[in-house]
Amino acid sequence: MAGAEIRNYTMNFGPQHPAAHGVLRLVLELDGEVVVRADPHVGLLHRATEKLAESKPFNQSIGYMDRLDYVSMMCNEHGYVRAIEKLTRIEAPIRAQYIRTMFDEITRILNHLMWIGSNALDLGAMAVFLYAFREREELMDCYEAVSGARMHATYYRPGGVYRDLPDRMPQYRESPWHKGKDLKRLNAWREGSMLDFLDAFTDDFPRRVAEYEELLTTNRIWKQRTVGIGVVSPEQALAWSMSGPMLRGSGIEWDLRKKQPYAAYADVDFDIPVGANGDCYDRYLVRVEEMRQSNRIIKQCVAWLRQNPGPVIVDNFKVAPPARAEMKRDMEALIHHFKLFTEGYCVPAGEAYAAVEAPKGEFGVYLVSDGANKPFRLKVRAPGFPHLSSMDEIVKGHMLPDVVAMIGTYDIVFGEIDR
Amino acid sequence: MSEATPAPAAPSTLAERLAARFGERIAGVATRLGETTIEVAADDLVGIATALRDDPELRFEQLIDLCGVDYLGYGEDEWRTSQETTGTGFSRGVEGLGPGRFNWVERPRETAVPRRFAVVVHLLSISHNRRLRVRCFCADDALPVVPSLTGVWTGANWFEREAFDLFGIVFEGHPDLRRILTDYGFVGHPFRKDFPLIGNVEVRYDPEQKRVIYQPVSIEPRVTVARVIREDARYAQAGAEAADRWQEN
Repeated sequence: MAGAEIRNYTMNFGPQHPAAHGVLRLVLELDGEVVVRADPHVGLLHRATEKLAESKPFNQSIGYMDRLDYVSMMCNEHGYVRAIEKLTRIEAPIRAQYIRTMFDEITRILNHLMWIGSNALDLGAMAVFLYAFREREELMDCYEAVSGARMHATYYRPGGVYRDLPDRMPQYRESPWHKGKDLKRLNAWREGSMLDFLDAFTDDFPRRVAEYEELLTTNRIWKQRTVGIGVVSPEQALAWSMSGPMLRGSGIEWDLRKKQPYAAYADVDFDIPVGANGDCYDRYLVRVEEMRQSNRIIKQCVAWLRQNPGPVIVDNFKVAPPARAEMKRDMEALIHHFKLFTEGYCVPAGEAYAAVEAPKGEFGVYLVSDGANKPFRLKVRAPGFPHLSSMDEIVKGHMLPDVVAMIGTYDIVFGEIDR
Repeated sequence: MSEATPAPAAPSTLAERLAARFGERIAGVATRLGETTIEVAADDLVGIATALRDDPELRFEQLIDLCGVDYLGYGEDEWRTSQETTGTGFSRGVEGLGPGRFNWVERPRETAVPRRFAVVVHLLSISHNRRLRVRCFCADDALPVVPSLTGVWTGANWFEREAFDLFGIVFEGHPDLRRILTDYGFVGHPFRKDFPLIGNVEVRYDPEQKRVIYQPVSIEPRVTVARVIREDARYAQAGAEAADRWQEN
């Protein structure tokens, strides 16, 4: 075969590939093992959440928000609920603000645990995944204790949160899988309230983070796979609309929790970790440190919540349902309840953009209301969407396995990208 | 960019600053709920966007979000609380023809809104810690065209593809204006208000032809909660106090 022509070839990565984190179809043009062009095809999980929201009362879409970024559920709810609160000009009671802050940070830890586990797994470290999921389980139990659902909580409501924190943390029952000493160990933290449980958890968690770090931070293979890979310059990060750890990893100190504080973030003490080189390794370090900082915030919230009992949702029956007991007593309350659950509430005409610092970056909700009981237009600004759009530029010139590292470091979840 | 020097007495609020900087070039500056919105003509969009990014007074380095909005049927409800309230009863709410419920045949051909499609851009200035919303209406309802912002912020790329896909807004100068979220070979722009919520086609496997086929959608859309607009004073009181608080953000 004299004079055979060597050409680039095109490879299909996904949509059914474990490293594609869901349903990413990536069309890669390769020159040998070097990526020349990466064209992500997204939308395989498109459910038209925004259009669906236009067809139902405001409160009925809160549950959809959980299903956007399905590993940082409550942060999504927070963004949506804040947009409604902004338009209706209601304000959640202070205790609800603290509960939201606490659960946002629990969610951040949940997300980063998921991320560290799956990213390490993608790059060949199996064990981290198992340890990370052990801690995730504990925090999921908090979700369950407070809302009844492990993931899709629908816990935040316009004007507060659905109910107060439980007085008793649910315990494991004896079963063929959990018995004897094992059962005792599992229930050791669960003797008291949820706050007691979280106290125990936050005392223990820094040690666990140190364990993950032990496995990865100085690990030679881990560093070979991440140091200098996927470098995002600060200019690129800004131009590509990046936010969250992607932006901070490149050395830009920007965190909405500090810069545009919402909920109770102005009153808690925490630091923003910032990277220096903008590579996968720096973003890893940023996220690990964020877990420690989240832990700090949770601790402060727990302490505050112990001291300050109070209402967790506004007393305004036009947006929040009256208590069950009240309905038995008060005709007015019954009517309010009926109207609220059949028709919902009308939101004054106008538009609002509310953003929260979700674990992946800025999660924003742009809400246009024409005064009806349903949104006129809801736009969800998912952090992963612009991140993934920069794929082609960042990955160009890297080797094929680095694409996997990059997908991991973007921390993409298709629930929010495809919406 | 005619006058590069900032106004002598530096205007305090962003809205004043923008009005002073751009003058006639922006159609309207409004600050509501602590958010500033400017309205820009499509011809001038790129020029103003570049100025917004580069002007040291403004420096909106980041395009946070770009989306399309279809204003067809804005402010219309399905449950008119007028004299004929009891006339048609339940079915009004269920079978009403509000936005999102039209099917293709019944879609309104003419709209009361002067301009239907708008592109809404949310900008963020990291150096000044400020946000700005820029709205740009498309001149033509039949073929909405807006210049692309990819030259100003590269991150606009996918956002514009999304707006094109979902609303059919054409971004002139976009390097790669393909569909992004809908299926390969999808027909129509699903987030337009005259696109039925239920869709136009459904997909199933046909055992006789032994392949996946598309067919007209067979289920009836049914929305159980009617769209209602109630003028209500209830937010007014709580709102007065809270409005100030939001301005901080």
